[in-house]
Amino acid sequence: MGVTVRKFDALIIGAGGAGLRAALQLANAEASVAVVSKVFPTRSHTVAAQGGVNAALANVLPDSWHWHMYDTVKGSDWLGDQDAIEYMCRAAPKVVYELEHFGVPFSRLDNGNIYQRAFGGQSQHFGKEQAARTCAAADRTGHAILHSLYQQNIRAKTHFFDEYFAVDLLKDEEGYVLGALAFEILTGEPIVIEAKTTLLATGGVGQLFRTCTNALINTGDGMSMALRAGIPLQDMEFFQFHPTGIAGRGMLITEGARGEGGYLLNADGERFMERYAPNAKDLASRDVVSRAIYTEVKEGRGCGPEKDYVLLQLTHLGRDKIMQRLPGIRETCITFLGLDPIDHPIPIYPTAHYTMGGIPTNRFGQVVVPVKDTPEDPVPGLYAAGEAACVSVHGANRLGGNSLLDILVFGRAAANHIIDVLEHNRYHRPLHQPAVDAALERFHRWDRKGDGEHVDQLRQELRKVMEAHCGVFRTEEVMAEGVAKVKAIAERVKDAVLRDHSKVFNTARVEAMELENLVDCALATVQSALGRKESRGAHSRIDYPDRDDTHWLKHTLYFKHSDSLDYKPVRTKPMTVESFPPKVRVY
Amino acid sequence: MTTDEQLASSDVEALRRLRWSCRRGMLELDLLLEAFLKHGFVKLDARGRETFERLLDYPDTTLLQLLMGQMQSSDRDVAHVVEFIRQTARHPS
Ligand SMILES: Cc1cc2nc3c(=O)[nH]c(=O)nc-3n(C[C@H](O)[C@H](O)[C@H](O)COP(=O)(O)OP(=O)(O)OC[C@H]3O[C@@H](n4cnc5c(N)ncnc54)[C@H](O)[C@@H]3O)c2cc1C
Repeated sequence: MGVTVRKFDALIIGAGGAGLRAALQLANAEASVAVVSKVFPTRSHTVAAQGGVNAALANVLPDSWHWHMYDTVKGSDWLGDQDAIEYMCRAAPKVVYELEHFGVPFSRLDNGNIYQRAFGGQSQHFGKEQAARTCAAADRTGHAILHSLYQQNIRAKTHFFDEYFAVDLLKDEEGYVLGALAFEILTGEPIVIEAKTTLLATGGVGQLFRTCTNALINTGDGMSMALRAGIPLQDMEFFQFHPTGIAGRGMLITEGARGEGGYLLNADGERFMERYAPNAKDLASRDVVSRAIYTEVKEGRGCGPEKDYVLLQLTHLGRDKIMQRLPGIRETCITFLGLDPIDHPIPIYPTAHYTMGGIPTNRFGQVVVPVKDTPEDPVPGLYAAGEAACVSVHGANRLGGNSLLDILVFGRAAANHIIDVLEHNRYHRPLHQPAVDAALERFHRWDRKGDGEHVDQLRQELRKVMEAHCGVFRTEEVMAEGVAKVKAIAERVKDAVLRDHSKVFNTARVEAMELENLVDCALATVQSALGRKESRGAHSRIDYPDRDDTHWLKHTLYFKHSDSLDYKPVRTKPMTVESFPPKVRVY
Repeated sequence: MTTDEQLASSDVEALRRLRWSCRRGMLELDLLLEAFLKHGFVKLDARGRETFERLLDYPDTTLLQLLMGQMQSSDRDVAHVVEFIRQTARHPS
C-alpha cells in the first residue's frame, strides 16, 4: 500500500517559538514551508513562559550586549560556546524589535519604550550592579510571542500539519536528511514529507522526571529522532532543577515564598536547612536546597504516607502577607492540593525545569557531528533550534529569560542559512526507500497484539527512576544503578503492546512512541551524567564536588547505537571580542 | 468507574479526540483537564459536554486564568463547567 508523499522546500518539526520563528523567515523568503506539530501550534509549550525575554535595550538601566554576553558565559559556568553567545546577545535587540513589529504587546514605560525588569544573573559592567534586561508582555510573554508568530505564518501561507506526529528522519546513504515520516493523529495514516532541508524544533524533555514543570508533550521526540539517525546528543547531563516544586505535581513555588520568610520542615518538624546551610539557611542556592530536600527524604525524614516530600511552612506569615505578596502561590495550592497555605504547610519536592543539552548545532543552526578529526561536521539538510538543540548558549546552566531569546535568535538564524542553501539546491534528492521502510516498520511495530506491559505504567516507572537516579543527588553508585534500571525498562518497552489498535485518534499510539523517545533521552542523560566526573552548573555530584576545568571544560556527546560517550572542545573564542576565561562562579 | 468504562463505544472515539485536545502547553492545564476527563466529564449532561468542548478552544492563558479562579466567565454555562473542573481537581474520585 502506498504512503502519501508531500514535498516542500523546508520541513519544520515543531511549532513552538523556535519552529514558528524559522517558518516565518522562510515563508517570507518565498520558500514552501511545512510545519508539523503534534498539538495545535498555539498549544506548544512556549505558551507557558511568563517571565520574559532578555535583550540589552538599556531602556530602564544602562546596558550593553557585551555585559549580557558576560552574564551568559558566567551563567553557563563557562561551558557555553562563546561565539554562539556573542551572536545571540548581539542579535537580541533586533529580535525583540522584530517581535514588536509582529504584534507582540510588550509592557511599556511612560515614555513609550519597552519596559524591562531585573532578573537574577543580570549585571552591568561585567558582574557589577544589577541590570534590567527582561522584556515582557505582562505575564504572558510566551503566549503573546506564539500567537503573533502563528498569525504571521498564516498570513505568509506557511503550510501547517496540525496534530501530526513526526516519527523518524529519512536519511539517504550519503547522509543527507530528506525529510521525515509522520502520521496524522486523527486518521492514524502515515505520510512522508520530503524536504530539501529539515529543522527539528521539538522542545525539551522535562517529562523525563516524575516531578517537573513541563507540559506532558515535552517528551524529547526530536532529540530521540536525532539519536536514531546516528546523531549524538550533547551535554544531556545538564538539567535545570528548581528546589521547590509542589510534590507529586511539579508546578513551581517561586523563591519569593522563602524570600518572604517561608521555611522548610521535615517529618520531625525540624527546620533542616539550618544543618545544611547554617548561614543562608532556607535562602541557600538552588542546588544546595534541592540536595538537602533529597537527603531528608532519602534518610527517612520525609513527610506523608510515602515519606516522599518535605513541607514549606508559610502559615506564620499570616493571612494578610500571604494574600498580598503570594496570591499566585495560594491559588495554585488551593486548586491543585485543596489546601490553603494560610492554614497548612505545602508539600514540596525539587522539580525538573529546563533541558540545557540537546541536538548539537553550530550558530547557523546546522546540526553538527564529529567526523574523523573534525569535531563539528554539518549533517547535510538537517538543522535544529530551540530547547531541542544545544548550540550551546546555556552551557551548564541557563539564565532566566535567555531561552525565549535562544529560540527566536537561532530559529531565525537557521532559517537564514536554509534560505541560502535553497538558492543553491533547486531539486529534491531522490527519496531513499529503505529509510522510509525502516521508519514505517517502527511505526507499525505498535500494531503488534498479544500480552505485554502497559505503556503508561512504564512511563511512570521511568520517570521515577530518573528522579531517583539522575535527579539532584548524583553519585557514581546512584547513577550506575540508574543506567541499569533505565536499560531494564528499555528492554521491557520492546515487549509492550497497545490494548487499543483502532486508527482514529488513537492517542495510546502517540503515547507509546513518546515513551520510546523518553527512554532514549533517559539513557543519554544518565550516561552523560555518570561520565562527567566534576560538578558544574546544574550538574552537581556529591563525589566530585568541584568544577575541574583541566579535565572537564568540554562538551559531552552521547551516541545511541554504540551506547557510548565522546567529548568535544568548548568554543571559547567569541566572534569579535576577547574571550572570557573561566573564573570562580559566585553571585 | 472512570469515563472510559461508562461510555458507549460510539462515544469513545469522541472522547479520544477530546483527550488530545486536553494536551496543552502548560502542565497546570494538563493536570486539571486530564483529571476532569477521567473522573468528571461523564457526569456532564449533553449541554455540559458541548460547553466543555467549547472551553477547549480557548487559548491556554485564558483557560488557565479561568481554571485558577483568576477570571470569571460571564457565560453561565462556561462558569458552571469551570467550577466543576475545579472541584474535580480537588476531589478526583
Ligand atoms: C513554566 C515555564 C516557564 C518558563 N518561562 C520562561 C521565561 O519566562 N523566559 C524564558 O526565556 N524561558 C522560559 N521558559 C523556557 C521556554 O519556555 C522554553 O525553553 C521554550 O519555550 C522552548 O521553545 P521551543 O520552540 O524550543 O519548543 P516548544 O515551545 O516546546 O515547542 C515544541 C513543538 O514541537 C512539537 N513537537 C514535539 N514533538 C513532536 C513530534 N514528535 N511530532 C510533531 N511535533 C512535535 C510540539 O507540538 C510543539 O509545537 C519556561 C519554561 C517553563 C516550563
